[in-house]
Amino acid sequence: MAKGAVKSAPAGVERRPALAGREATGKSVKVEPLGPAERVSLRASAESVASLSRALGLTLPQKPKTSAAKGSRIALWLGPDEWLVFDEEGKDLLGDCAKAKQLHSAVGISHRNVAISVSGPAAEACVNAGCPQDLSLAAFPVGACSRTVLGKAEIILYRPAEDAFRVECWRSFSDYVFTFLSEAARDAAA
Amino acid sequence: MAASYRISGAGRFSHAKVAKFSFDGRPYAGIEGDTLASALLANGVHLAGRSFKYHRPRGILSAGAEEPNALVEIRRDAARRTPNVRATVQELYDGLEAASQNRWPSLSFDVGAVNDAFSPLFSAGFYYKTFMWPKTAWKSLYEPKIRAAAGLGVAPDQPDPDHYAARFAHCEVLVLGGGAAGLAAALAAAETGVRVIVVDEQADFGGALRFEAGARIDGQDGWTWAQGVVARLKAMDNVRVLNRTTAFGYYAQNFIGLVERVSDHLAAPGRDLPRERLWQIRAKKVVLATGAIERHMVFADNDRPGIMLVSAARTYLNHYGVAVGRNVGIYTANDSAYAAALDLKKAGVNVAAIVDLRDNPSGELVDQARAANIEIHDGRAVVRVGGKLRVNSMTVQKRTGGGERTLPIDALLMSAGWTPSVHLFSQSRGKVAFNDEVKRFLPGTYAQDCVSVGACNGTDGLAASVDEAYAAGAKAAKEAGGKAAKSAKPKVEASEGWSRGMLGAAPGAGPGTTVKAFVDFQNDVTAKDIRQAVHEGMRSIEHVKRFTTNGMATDQGKTSNMHGLAIAAEELGKPIPQVGLTTFRAPYTPVTFGSIANHARGALFDPTRRTTTHGWAEKHGAVFEDVGQWKRAWYFAKAGEDMHAAVNRECVTVRKTAGLFDASTLGKIEVVGPDAATFMELMYTNPWQKLAPGRCRYGLMLREDGFIYDDGVVGRLAEDRFHVTTTTGGAARVMNQMEDYLQTEFPQLKVWLTSISEQWAVVAVQGPNSRKIIEPLVEGIDLSDEAFPHMSVREGKICGVPTRLFRMSFSGERGFEVNVPADYGEAVWEALWAEGQKHGACAYGTETMHVLRAEKGYIIVGQDTDGTVTVNDAGIDWAIGKKKADFVGMRGMMRPDLVAPGRKQLVGLKTKDPNVVLEEGAQIVADPSQPIPMKMIGHVTSSYWSENCGRSIALGLVAGGREKMGQTLYVPMPDRVIEVEVSGTVFFDEKGERLNG
Repeated sequence: MAKGAVKSAPAGVERRPALAGREATGKSVKVEPLGPAERVSLRASAESVASLSRALGLTLPQKPKTSAAKGSRIALWLGPDEWLVFDEEGKDLLGDCAKAKQLHSAVGISHRNVAISVSGPAAEACVNAGCPQDLSLAAFPVGACSRTVLGKAEIILYRPAEDAFRVECWRSFSDYVFTFLSEAARDAAA
Repeated sequence: MAASYRISGAGRFSHAKVAKFSFDGRPYAGIEGDTLASALLANGVHLAGRSFKYHRPRGILSAGAEEPNALVEIRRDAARRTPNVRATVQELYDGLEAASQNRWPSLSFDVGAVNDAFSPLFSAGFYYKTFMWPKTAWKSLYEPKIRAAAGLGVAPDQPDPDHYAARFAHCEVLVLGGGAAGLAAALAAAETGVRVIVVDEQADFGGALRFEAGARIDGQDGWTWAQGVVARLKAMDNVRVLNRTTAFGYYAQNFIGLVERVSDHLAAPGRDLPRERLWQIRAKKVVLATGAIERHMVFADNDRPGIMLVSAARTYLNHYGVAVGRNVGIYTANDSAYAAALDLKKAGVNVAAIVDLRDNPSGELVDQARAANIEIHDGRAVVRVGGKLRVNSMTVQKRTGGGERTLPIDALLMSAGWTPSVHLFSQSRGKVAFNDEVKRFLPGTYAQDCVSVGACNGTDGLAASVDEAYAAGAKAAKEAGGKAAKSAKPKVEASEGWSRGMLGAAPGAGPGTTVKAFVDFQNDVTAKDIRQAVHEGMRSIEHVKRFTTNGMATDQGKTSNMHGLAIAAEELGKPIPQVGLTTFRAPYTPVTFGSIANHARGALFDPTRRTTTHGWAEKHGAVFEDVGQWKRAWYFAKAGEDMHAAVNRECVTVRKTAGLFDASTLGKIEVVGPDAATFMELMYTNPWQKLAPGRCRYGLMLREDGFIYDDGVVGRLAEDRFHVTTTTGGAARVMNQMEDYLQTEFPQLKVWLTSISEQWAVVAVQGPNSRKIIEPLVEGIDLSDEAFPHMSVREGKICGVPTRLFRMSFSGERGFEVNVPADYGEAVWEALWAEGQKHGACAYGTETMHVLRAEKGYIIVGQDTDGTVTVNDAGIDWAIGKKKADFVGMRGMMRPDLVAPGRKQLVGLKTKDPNVVLEEGAQIVADPSQPIPMKMIGHVTSSYWSENCGRSIALGLVAGGREKMGQTLYVPMPDRVIEVEVSGTVFFDEKGERLNG
């Protein structure tokens, strides 16, 4: 069994996350892969938001760069009709979305994205090595999120705490993004 | 060792530790805090380099970034060699190794100096004229020789072992320049609470306070005040203070590029420390406090070592505690020089005389100089100097001519006045305006949200500069959202005045054609070169600049621009503003490639995308090929196999039993919504409304202009849900094209697109035994031909995990494509591999995939098409929904040229000799004996050896190709002409029986 492999359903083959076993620390920042999560790319027009919010058990955010969290479930606003919803305890998001009767599109992307945590006093400086956004707390407060870039890769950036970021990218870019953040962590100081 | 020129008690580093260094292999001692230049001068060394063109011996002109002469190579080891480092900027560290450049065999005896004697050959614009004849010699003789002789320094020949970092930052107020004005502006802005970043290129903030001994601010001497302000700023949470940082480029919307030299000044930089850090700062407001640069005097042989700017000599004395000579002459056209004379005199240095070009200079400083018994020769010029490797005399003459007098000296300080540094302002696209009263170009019309303060704004005098800067800093901060400032403005109690000085050539530049009075030291441009450019017809200063190279390249005219302009204007008989000022370009000073590339090198040069089976493939002998950013297994070589053998084995094995292929890189898009089928009808040529859920169809996408854009198999999962696949290379652009049309052309459609390329890992299992391989692993899907025919899709489980299972084929064999969530990709591949082993299946790569599809005549978009191929050209008209009213490209494909006869059509090509494999890209002609250039009627798009067919096969685009079936055409190659027969595109299993075989 590969390092860091996770057992799935009893009869199933093992799950091998993209960044299993990797970790990097700088003077005041730590970069580490986050575990698997259930993820859905949710698309819907405004009239469906209330229905979907009820079905998901959280109020879908409707302002740019904002998010909503309830328990293990978080919804990130990515566009006027687009959210990334993830559930870190792996609860069935597609099933919940299906309960909403209003028109929407829910597509499972649990395996498409890989999440990386950047935490510590220098987390902001570390991400700013490759992300041109203003990440000060005034411009990018706790709970803020954005689809943006890190170096030459597209990422979704979410700030769960003052000194922590969740960086999501597509699976095959995760090696690049993780390596970039590791390099940046060497230089980042708070 | 030479006697020390360090004056005990002078300077700001008198208690610093000794730092040993070497220059051209000779050991010297300096102190920590020195620059290489100050350390050399402390050892009595002025000769620092040889000039660019004439190889003239050169000394140290300045004490800052404007240095054009003292360019040296700094070596840490064989790989860490940096050429063209300004000795005046490089900070000394213990063990520093420096070497002079552009000389052979040694700095004091340089063979290349013959260029100086032959200088008539190398006059302005020489490369346009001197070497024109004979014409052929330019390429073979002159250009290589000039290239070998040209350039300063030697580029490193090994990879750079250092690493470089990068940082984006934002602030409300960015202050560029940390002299008195910059610090006052930063202080005012910082106290309002907004984010402030203040930068200076020097190791220490203070700017001109480094040398200006007469300044007093808030009860302290100027330098001490500056350090106090920096300490206050550093203690504030909202302020970032960056020293050793050069703002090199001013871009759109207050976006500034800066480079911070993090470890070039350290003897032993830590492993984690980058050498440099690139800052990219977006600021609401920019305060330019970039100061002014002193100009030299233009007179004969003004480049001799020992001749330097007055402010430089003062900096060496007051900051570094180094006297630049023991018997110093001064040549000036403004007041600054008098303060220097007084400082030198006070430090015990003899001032031979002040030669002032002005008649009857007056003022407090002049009086003080007289009172100190310093000889003043007013209304006079230095017309000549003695000494070659070091100045040893100056000859003084009345400005209007007459008798000469020669004075012995060992250094000569010169000042023609001060040029405001408008480089960054000009880069911001601001327009400078000429102020005739003070003879300066000053910031005029602003193009961006910035403000200039202090000397760069033409504000003379410390008090006025600080007042202006403080007010500007406070205003900028307030406009950017700051609160009202609390603290008091710094109070300037004493300062030295600056005056205007003069522009252009002094009398000592001579009217003659042999005098070398340098305007631009770095580019070896003299006053006569500028005059010559005008005589040869250059009228615009931009032309004069290019003809003479004045102010070009890394120097960017810091000391030379105004002199060059004034000389040209005089020669043209026009006022200066009518001749114009050249544009300043980024970078302000040279920037390393390392800092521009920063993290983007090695593994981070570009993302490398790997599929989930990459590790498995590596272990099984895969050779990879790059497909965009992807690494794809090309072929799997067994021991002793070359590519040819491996591919032949793979091709045969797939058709004989089965093969496994990683198809994960194909683009995948989930199209969801009640209007999904309508949208698909519009985006693809094919009909989709009647495709039943659970079935698949080959989809063909065109561009608006009617040419083939992409293709792929599409499965309908439900009435309102399609699983679309695209080519690997087309994944992103197809998604973009779909999204573009959806948002701009079809916004009424209720349909959404989601990229699922990386959600699913895909294993293609192809071959007659493919069903047997997957069967034991699949749950919940009936795999019989009746229940699951060719071109179907089902959802179920494989190996206990969810799958979207496609029955489809790109090989012509019975085939499946197993989609599983990506984290399971490798484990499912391994399970399939284990089953496959029972049936003798192989793993195969992209090469075999290509051969197998070519045997079947399946096209690859981007290989058999090139953006000019229509559906009909490719012979796949069946893919067009004939009854459809509209789709993207429908009108385009009806254009007259796209339906005209004689278009190139895709056909098969069989070589007459079956063992000959054509070259892809080779041209096809009808008659090989026609004269060159031949009429080319087509080209080969795909060509392989087919082990399954026992011969070579090829596809090609040939004009009117389908009417040429059975005809013989020719492929002329350098060594022979290959005969080919035009055939159909299917080479294997023409009836397609094996899809169910």
